[in-house]
Amino acid sequence: MIDREALTGLLLDSDCSLTLGELSRCCGVHAEFIVEMVDEGILDPLDRDPLCRRFSGLSLMRVNRAMRLRRDLGVNLAGIALALDLMDEIEQLRSRLSLLES
Amino acid sequence: MEFKDYYQIMGVKRDATQDEIKRAYRKLARKFHPDVSKESDAERRFKELGEAYEVLKDPEKRAAYDQLGANWKAGQEFHPPPDWDAGFEFRGGGFTAGDAAAFSDFFESLFGEHMAAGHGVKGADFRGRQVQGEDHHARVLIDLEDALHGATRSITLHAPMVDERGQVSTRERKLNVRIPQGVKPGQHIRLANQGSPGALGGRAGDLYLEIEFRPHPLYRVDGRDLHLDLPVAPWEAALGASVKTPTPGGTIDLKVPPGSSGGRKLRLKGRGIPGDPPGDLYVNLLVALPAADTAEAKEAYRAMERKFAFNPRSGLGV
Repeated sequence: MIDREALTGLLLDSDCSLTLGELSRCCGVHAEFIVEMVDEGILDPLDRDPLCRRFSGLSLMRVNRAMRLRRDLGVNLAGIALALDLMDEIEQLRSRLSLLES
Repeated sequence: MEFKDYYQIMGVKRDATQDEIKRAYRKLARKFHPDVSKESDAERRFKELGEAYEVLKDPEKRAAYDQLGANWKAGQEFHPPPDWDAGFEFRGGGFTAGDAAAFSDFFESLFGEHMAAGHGVKGADFRGRQVQGEDHHARVLIDLEDALHGATRSITLHAPMVDERGQVSTRERKLNVRIPQGVKPGQHIRLANQGSPGALGGRAGDLYLEIEFRPHPLYRVDGRDLHLDLPVAPWEAALGASVKTPTPGGTIDLKVPPGSSGGRKLRLKGRGIPGDPPGDLYVNLLVALPAADTAEAKEAYRAMERKFAFNPRSGLGV
């Protein structure tokens, strides 16, 4: 099956922003879980108004990842926060390393 | 259908206790979790591990599996013996709802049909509840030029599909996807509803594409910044010069300041990958030495030696 028409996706970068509702729908999680992630310091909303929160596109990957860690490995929120921070750091180090090695 | 050695997959002996199996699973799950592991087959290993654990953690399924005997080797052609599961009573929980579709034919032949026919567990689990389709993840390799100008790329996905009778098969699917200008390595593109179809009117999962760049012959990519190694002659570096430099936008004349040494980085603002803000192009100067392969060239080097009181190792204290 070939779709002739080219698909245009949503580029998840810091430019695109999602509301709390959009984010929870995209990730298939309750908004409460996202609020808990914010409280734990895992997610940073784009603005400070707690009633109308928007998140950057990067948050989507972070929430999905957090969900998988919780579901597959039984990690709690504090553990997720730690794991995500360490993963970010490893990613940065890897990209530094690949620049130096090439 | 291939026989699967669940004990081998979990790295435990056939007489392992339930506790040992649980510990082995926890350890391997952390190791091969696709979010954690960078190994290319992590996802396959993780799924295989989940399937093995699904059987071995449940004493009833494990006993039934053990009854197949220890003589089977992983990968061997396998057909379940008739009535292989006679005398074993399975309780509910035949499938874990989320991952059932990912289990192998081998698992399906032993536990899947049985559960569905005998106890209706599979049906019960899904009945009356909308289930969202699974999200899919794929990596897409693009060239730097695609990020500079934007492009349409065709990608091939191998996605498990569930037909109307609930059978799972792998289907090849080709998609044309727009790669937006200014995309960076490691960024994701979300294609809504392009994952697995949902069940009972649940919405389809999404497809996430992770952007990866093929190595470029000239430039190394760091976010939206590009790095280029530019060889210069010793006199160009020492005296300053205007030298031709490739950039993604075409060749330009680059001013090398006098007194430049090897390794000096020059920044060309905004000449990296476009965006808001656009990336920069970093030019890394490499001083190249002309070969001393003629009498004249050798004489020129000797003349330099006489003219300069130069000890390049003075910083080393020798």
